Amino acid sequence: MKTVAKTGNEAMAYAMKQINPDVVAAYPITPATEVVQIFSNYVADGEVDTEFVAVESEHSALSACVGASIAGGRVMTSTSSQGLALMHEILYIAAGNRLPIVIALVNRSLSAPINIHCDHSDTMGSREAGWMHLYCANSQEAYDSLIIALKTAEATAVPAIVSTDAFILSHAMERLEVLEDSDVQNFIGEYRPRFSALDLENPKTYGPLDLQDYFFEHKRAQIDDFSKVLDAYDKAAKDYAELSGRYYPALEEYKTEDADVAIFAAGSTADTAKEVVDDLRDQGRKVGLVRMRMWRPLPVEQIKKALTKFKAVAVMDRSDTMADFGGPVFLETRGMLYDSEEKPLITDYVYGLGGRNIKLTDIARVYDDIEQVAKAGKIEKLITYLGVRGEE
Amino acid sequence: MSMKFDKLMTWKELPAGCLIDEPSTSLRFKTGDWRSMRPVWDSEKCIHCLFCWISCPDSAIKVENEKITGIDYNYCKGCGICASICPPKASAIEMIREEK
Amino acid sequence: MQQYFEVRWHGRGGQGAKTAALLFGEAAMETGKYIQAFPEYGPERTGAPVKAYNRLSDGPIRIHTQVTDPDVVVVLDASLLESINVTEGLKKGGAILVNTQEKAEVIKKKLGVTDAKVAVVDATKIAVEILKRNVPNTVMLGAMVKVTGALEWDSALASIEAKLSEKFRGRKEIIEGNVKAIKKAYDEVEVA
Ligand code: SF4
Ligand code: SF4
Repeated sequence: MKTVAKTGNEAMAYAMKQINPDVVAAYPITPATEVVQIFSNYVADGEVDTEFVAVESEHSALSACVGASIAGGRVMTSTSSQGLALMHEILYIAAGNRLPIVIALVNRSLSAPINIHCDHSDTMGSREAGWMHLYCANSQEAYDSLIIALKTAEATAVPAIVSTDAFILSHAMERLEVLEDSDVQNFIGEYRPRFSALDLENPKTYGPLDLQDYFFEHKRAQIDDFSKVLDAYDKAAKDYAELSGRYYPALEEYKTEDADVAIFAAGSTADTAKEVVDDLRDQGRKVGLVRMRMWRPLPVEQIKKALTKFKAVAVMDRSDTMADFGGPVFLETRGMLYDSEEKPLITDYVYGLGGRNIKLTDIARVYDDIEQVAKAGKIEKLITYLGVRGEE
Repeated sequence: MSMKFDKLMTWKELPAGCLIDEPSTSLRFKTGDWRSMRPVWDSEKCIHCLFCWISCPDSAIKVENEKITGIDYNYCKGCGICASICPPKASAIEMIREEK
Repeated sequence: MQQYFEVRWHGRGGQGAKTAALLFGEAAMETGKYIQAFPEYGPERTGAPVKAYNRLSDGPIRIHTQVTDPDVVVVLDASLLESINVTEGLKKGGAILVNTQEKAEVIKKKLGVTDAKVAVVDATKIAVEILKRNVPNTVMLGAMVKVTGALEWDSALASIEAKLSEKFRGRKEIIEGNVKAIKKAYDEVEVA
């Protein structure tokens, strides 16, 4: 283990180097460009054995990944925003074919208007494609998560997306600890694909037409495989904790034991919110934080157990569903808690779209609000757009 | 997966990845019973240009040593492409009704 | 609340504000600190005013927001004083370091700073003299370390030298030139 200073992108590229995938096919896009740019240096310098495929679009990038994965390779790529959107149809193809590809992603808003900064609309818009999603809070976590995600993906044949917040994490240099190459290799182990198109002794048909008689059965089987991801993830995360001393649960709770109210948030904002929690706790206020790290599959039971303790919960959504009913985390959280006997009052704060800075005082204001909701026992305002001009 | 044509599998029996895990399963699809018109090949008239062989969508024209030897009625679905592609000078394939 | 030492770097696109922040961050890490170094999030265009930041602490850093109340402000180009409010949010008792030909007193007056240290060094002159190019960023690091006292000089210098060696892969005259320039800035910085 050694201490290094790396940006989120450098940390992800370094994890990719240590994973040493068979194939990386990618197309550059701000703010994820550096991930493959740095990785291609590793390729050029002979530090990895990877076949690097430079393609002409993200659609082709993921298509090439699909081909390489069907051929039995360990495969990774990287993208962001519009790039993920362009990969959209291939996301379903990779997942449906059970190809454990891993994407090192940087969360960036989707056009229009054109913007290169952070929000979570890209991955939230892909949440039904059949990929595991992990949202990271800092560079250390981005590095660690990529390794854990690869192990989980290969154990379950479910592909994975690991993401950082555009610029806030992708371009911010932080101190982190990295493992030895050999430790990473031992942890992920040799990749044993379930099938390989290069296995000429056992020829198979990949991706055939599948109509009314079998499509539904294949989808049902895929959903069932997805239900096993959470356990596989937790096993990988615990094994990784033994190796590194860093444990990342699918859902993290911070100072929640005796809290009356909590914020439910993801990404770098959740990390920042811990600072606010400490501050308010110093003032004697019973506030806590629940951090959503995995949003596919949903850690439903953990979320229920965590959130039903509180009187009021503020969900912080860094994207909107355009359903005129708040963000995706809010909607799904309310859905999960619907059957619970005891449940908190839940409000939504859509924030930080297009990289709008979220200040400590913004987060403190959310705590003020939910304490008020808890005290009054009712919600005055269900959905708030936080930090946008024209709203109070 | 074994193709069980009599009984459809449940989702629990399927191999992961929607793949068909044995080769040449199409051999078991006998499309011959789709036929309402039957191509009849005349070895006397045939000039072995192989136009019919390359055009048949079901690979039902049998060839040995670059010579047509007949039609595989297990797979021939009676589309008539072979008869229409056969050069008029030869007219070696005639379509007749299956109905007796 | 955890104690943070925060720095804001002002420069123009191409002057290396981000690189300076990264080098300073890494040097700080070598002395055992937890660090962040990040540019004002966005694409840089040559000549346009840009900002970069550092956040240092003795423990792990959890805040991921822009720096609004810096302990130290570094201005890589004095022409920015005309167009940018460089002292915005500067903490009481903090410091502002400017690359300029002027005396510290003059800059202090110009900025209207009363409750923070004002330091000046002619980094452009040093850069042009030693490096033959107007690249004031690394030069300013020397002055920065001296003015803030945030880092131990020897280990900071060693770290910066190591990073430059990595970056310039064996181009000895560039690496040695930078080190010489950094030392000169350390010696010449003037405080008011
Ligand atoms: S009728 Fe159609 S299927 Fe049959 S042999 Fe001719 S071309 Fe092939
Ligand atoms: S197209 Fe006609 S002539 Fe040509 S090979 Fe077929 S049957 Fe013979």
